[in-house]
Amino acid sequence: MIADLTRAERLWAMLILGALGLIGLAMAIGGRNDLLGIHGWIVLAAGLAGFIAVMRGRDAPEPSAERLNEYYDAPTRVGLILTLLWAVVGMGVGFWVAALLAWPDMTFDVPWLSFGRLRPVHTSGVIFGFGGNALIATSFHVLQRTTRARLPDQISPWFVLLGYNLFCVIAASGYLMGLTQSKEYAEPEWYADIWLVVVWVVYFAIYMRTLARRKEPHIYVANWYYMAFILVVAILHIVNNLAVPISLDSAKSYSLFSGVQDAMTQWWYGHNAVAFFLTAGFLGMMYYYLPKRAGRPIFSYRMSIISFWGITFMYMWAGSHHLHYTALPHWVQTLGMAFSVVLLVPSWASAGNALLTLNGAWHKVRDDAVLRFMALAAIFYGITTFEGSFMAIRAVNSLSHYTDWTIGHVHAGALGWVAMITFGSLYSIVPSMFKRERIYSQKLVEVHFWLALSGTVIYVFAMWNSGVTQGLMWRTYTESGGLTYSFIDSLVAMHPYYIARAFGGLLFLLGALTALYNVVMTIRMPAPASDDPALDIPAKPALQAGE
Amino acid sequence: MFGLHYNLERSAVGLVAFIVIVASIGGLIEIAPLFTIDETVEEAPDMRVYTPLEVAGRNIYIREGCYACHSQMIRTLRDEVERYGPYSLAVESSYDHPQLWGSKRTGPDLARLGNKYSDAWHTIHLNNPRDVVPESKMPAYRWLLREQLHTDDLGEHLAALRAVGVPYTDEQIANAPLDAYGQANPDSAAAGGVAERYGDATNIRLFDGEATRLTDMDALVAYLQVLGNLTDAAHQPQPEAE
Repeated sequence: MIADLTRAERLWAMLILGALGLIGLAMAIGGRNDLLGIHGWIVLAAGLAGFIAVMRGRDAPEPSAERLNEYYDAPTRVGLILTLLWAVVGMGVGFWVAALLAWPDMTFDVPWLSFGRLRPVHTSGVIFGFGGNALIATSFHVLQRTTRARLPDQISPWFVLLGYNLFCVIAASGYLMGLTQSKEYAEPEWYADIWLVVVWVVYFAIYMRTLARRKEPHIYVANWYYMAFILVVAILHIVNNLAVPISLDSAKSYSLFSGVQDAMTQWWYGHNAVAFFLTAGFLGMMYYYLPKRAGRPIFSYRMSIISFWGITFMYMWAGSHHLHYTALPHWVQTLGMAFSVVLLVPSWASAGNALLTLNGAWHKVRDDAVLRFMALAAIFYGITTFEGSFMAIRAVNSLSHYTDWTIGHVHAGALGWVAMITFGSLYSIVPSMFKRERIYSQKLVEVHFWLALSGTVIYVFAMWNSGVTQGLMWRTYTESGGLTYSFIDSLVAMHPYYIARAFGGLLFLLGALTALYNVVMTIRMPAPASDDPALDIPAKPALQAGE
Repeated sequence: MFGLHYNLERSAVGLVAFIVIVASIGGLIEIAPLFTIDETVEEAPDMRVYTPLEVAGRNIYIREGCYACHSQMIRTLRDEVERYGPYSLAVESSYDHPQLWGSKRTGPDLARLGNKYSDAWHTIHLNNPRDVVPESKMPAYRWLLREQLHTDDLGEHLAALRAVGVPYTDEQIANAPLDAYGQANPDSAAAGGVAERYGDATNIRLFDGEATRLTDMDALVAYLQVLGNLTDAAHQPQPEAE
């Protein structure tokens, strides 16, 4: 890792890590009477560890100029492993909080083990830890292949990947200590938010600098999605996290907005975190890895254009469907509903484009669990976006909102779409990224596929049942015109579904563990004797000499 | 159109500019007017601010992630109004930075919880919900009674809230830690100042049943008891629920 850096880059790395360590020290001292201080120590430790590592490797020989003829994949390799580690953490905590809903006494009087503090560890762990690392790792991979240009330098990709993971660690450890802004999926406090902006600016710069040196005149569709993901997430993140800290040595801040304006900003953010983090980025993944694995070109270039701009434009209107029948003005609710329904068109254009791409390759879907992961992801994407448009209709939402139906919907998307496309993409590049001939065990991939599918189906059906039951019980009237059920009656009715949901989640978690094991064993396999031309080595030099 | 796009996708800067413009429209049209259209938030001249103790309690509510299972937003639906009370108005959360409307009801809505149950009930319930509701799925928050409430920076909290638009006076900010203590100790000398600065309707009680020591429980119960009681606006005649 450090031997990859040029000598000048090693100096830069030491400078950056040293500065990070100093920031950590300032936080630790300034926030010594606050939880901010603990985060200061974590930042200091991260900066110091990095600094020492670079310093010990600083005398390694300068990397050869040969490297410029190859893609720079080391950050992708590390990113793939981090993806799997966060998958296990995020899904493991998810399973645990699911179990807490069935057996609440497992809190054991330990504050950080309580549902309210663990739940954001689960959501951030899977969305930002697992999903975010997968996006960063694959975007570096796809960007280089589709532009036939090497990443611009050896230091900024590491800054993005490791800086991003520092953000994830700060976020998750903060929740356990009770540090949260309470805005769903935007829980980290102000200093973590600022740090993420810095990381994100560098991420965007990597994209632009690589695109500027591309050897292909056209920017491939996968990159449109990755760019939309980077840009729009930045807009959403900055606006929704505007806040005033109570002082610079305290972790606590107060959101700039309040009440109805805050609710609308939050769900504009929340729904588009789904759109641009969990959809656009992963569509980028799908548009590259699915046709590649299937050995077929994308079915329709025009459909991908319509789909891309439809999603980019319309999703941003849809957030207000989270606030039907609330104190949000009616006109905003109606706009949100209308755009949510129309959104089905570009969503299905992408899902259809993916599935039609598989025409002529369905025998591969049958035989290859890796491609099957991606095909199933496209199917779940279609199902979930249909369900989403349906649930955004006011009348449907009156039943579904506040219930487990929403949780079922989210997991149909998160497990069925996001995780499946990620695992499919990950399996398809792990052998070439680690220069192995094949994945350690194709059988285990097959096992993982069925664990993931059955886990998702059990989970989603359990939550559909409990959600609809809940919604109906809340609005059931007796003959005499009173409410039939108390709230606690509806909670008691949820118990069997909560157990089923935990079981479904457990299956999915076991699948992720299978993937981790399989990837570790792949890395531990002996490397092939010589460079096989079938491996992922650019056919032409990525850069001309002297460039 | 596709010809235009053929050219657009050859320019990274062009793509970036287009993405930013296209993606910004929805938010601008839906969010910006909420700050300018007067009817968005109702008038409520009787609206009072949270006391320092209630602010501290609200922060504990946030710290423990209560919002993950409890909403504070009663929708304009008949069954919700009958179950929880008058539907929520925008003005009721206008001092909530951020709002805690929530998105999920694993437990019931709390928008009108204030003064529905006794302080003693809340203390027992928070300490172990299954002592009063055997079927409950809520965690037992036993540490609330153990933890001493941190009050010395409450003035900074109120000042930050004022910076984002909550009308706290200098006097309220200066006396924040004292008022937090006074609100939970009705027999102390500090209690009088709380009513003076925050109004006679303020709950000044031994929230956790124990004098002298100010705990996280005091603050959280004080907050729960004010939910829905910052203004009377929702109880005034409003359009019928659907």
